[in-house]
Amino acid sequence: MDAMSQLRRQLHEHTAYLRKEGFLDDQFEQLQKLQDENSPDFVVEVVSIFFEDSEKLLNNMARALEQKIVDFKQVDAHVHQFKGSSASIGAMRVKNVCIEFRNYCEAQNVEELFGCRCFRCIQKLQYEYALLKNQLEYLFRVEQQIRAAGG
Amino acid sequence: METARQVCRRNLQESVEVCDGSPELHVLAVDDSLVDRKVIERLLKISSCKVTAVESGTRALQYLGLDGEKGKGSVGFDGLKVNLIMTDYSMPGMTGYELLKKIKQESSLLKEIPVVIMSSENILTRIDRCLEEGAEEYLVKPVKLADVKRLKDFIIRGEGKDSGETRIRKRRRQDDHTSLPQSVPLSSSPALAFDPLSTLMPSSSPSACSTKRAKLRI
Repeated sequence: MDAMSQLRRQLHEHTAYLRKEGFLDDQFEQLQKLQDENSPDFVVEVVSIFFEDSEKLLNNMARALEQKIVDFKQVDAHVHQFKGSSASIGAMRVKNVCIEFRNYCEAQNVEELFGCRCFRCIQKLQYEYALLKNQLEYLFRVEQQIRAAGG
Repeated sequence: METARQVCRRNLQESVEVCDGSPELHVLAVDDSLVDRKVIERLLKISSCKVTAVESGTRALQYLGLDGEKGKGSVGFDGLKVNLIMTDYSMPGMTGYELLKKIKQESSLLKEIPVVIMSSENILTRIDRCLEEGAEEYLVKPVKLADVKRLKDFIIRGEGKDSGETRIRKRRRQDDHTSLPQSVPLSSSPALAFDPLSTLMPSSSPSACSTKRAKLRI
């Protein structure tokens, strides 16, 4: 198998893996369909914006949770935004953690335990986000190699 | 004597540019999320629409000339008429709902511009509220290419039709005596019968009311 076919296979397999493991859902495929010769880097561009946005949101969440008196409404607002953007690029696992996180934010005034869960949630979120970022960066590297090789 | 709607329709036909026979719509997209703005922009461009994307309701009103300079019609800053407004619901400052209300309360032709609400949340009461306030449709995010295509077809096809009954108007105002039509000749859509009960009964499946208009499809 020549180098190009190998690269293509790598790309295909890795994308399938990401779908199977739930990192990405259908929405990612929808984004790929929006990429064409008029907008050849569309997916990378959107995902880059997503990365920037996410890092800001995660920082904001962390800071909000560090306050002596935590404003859970504020935390929830950041998580809501993160949920939205992750859904928009098809980042399913990240989105699902956001949903869980929001539930705890909403419930924390009922039961203090849920407030503690929020702290665990942000860690989970940071973890899932880091995983996803790694995976996508790898995917883009392979795509880049294919393009460089004339594909 | 022409109704405002007929005048607007005529204006639309005049203002919509025709390239190779297919009209180009100018859409004003409003969303505070940069990711979503990028995506909706692409969805619209790929559907051959002109896009102006802004980050807030305030900016949208400015663009439409509604921030103090009333009666500018539906012409945006760059002189292009806006044929459709797509706005996110949850935005800081002015929500999409508040933007919708401001537009629909206009006495100018602006209130005839179809407004579509986009939201990641599938909340029946919210959907109903938006539709009652005059939103054309409520799309659950992420918005799909099929949604945009349907909207575009609907808007283009909606122009040129005579009666006001061609649109399923869900506005329930005191002065609106148009009863909900049993069968609506929307040529492009099989969503003909409006079932009032459908808005009262909570849907069992999450996607059942995901797009209000789509729910009416058979």
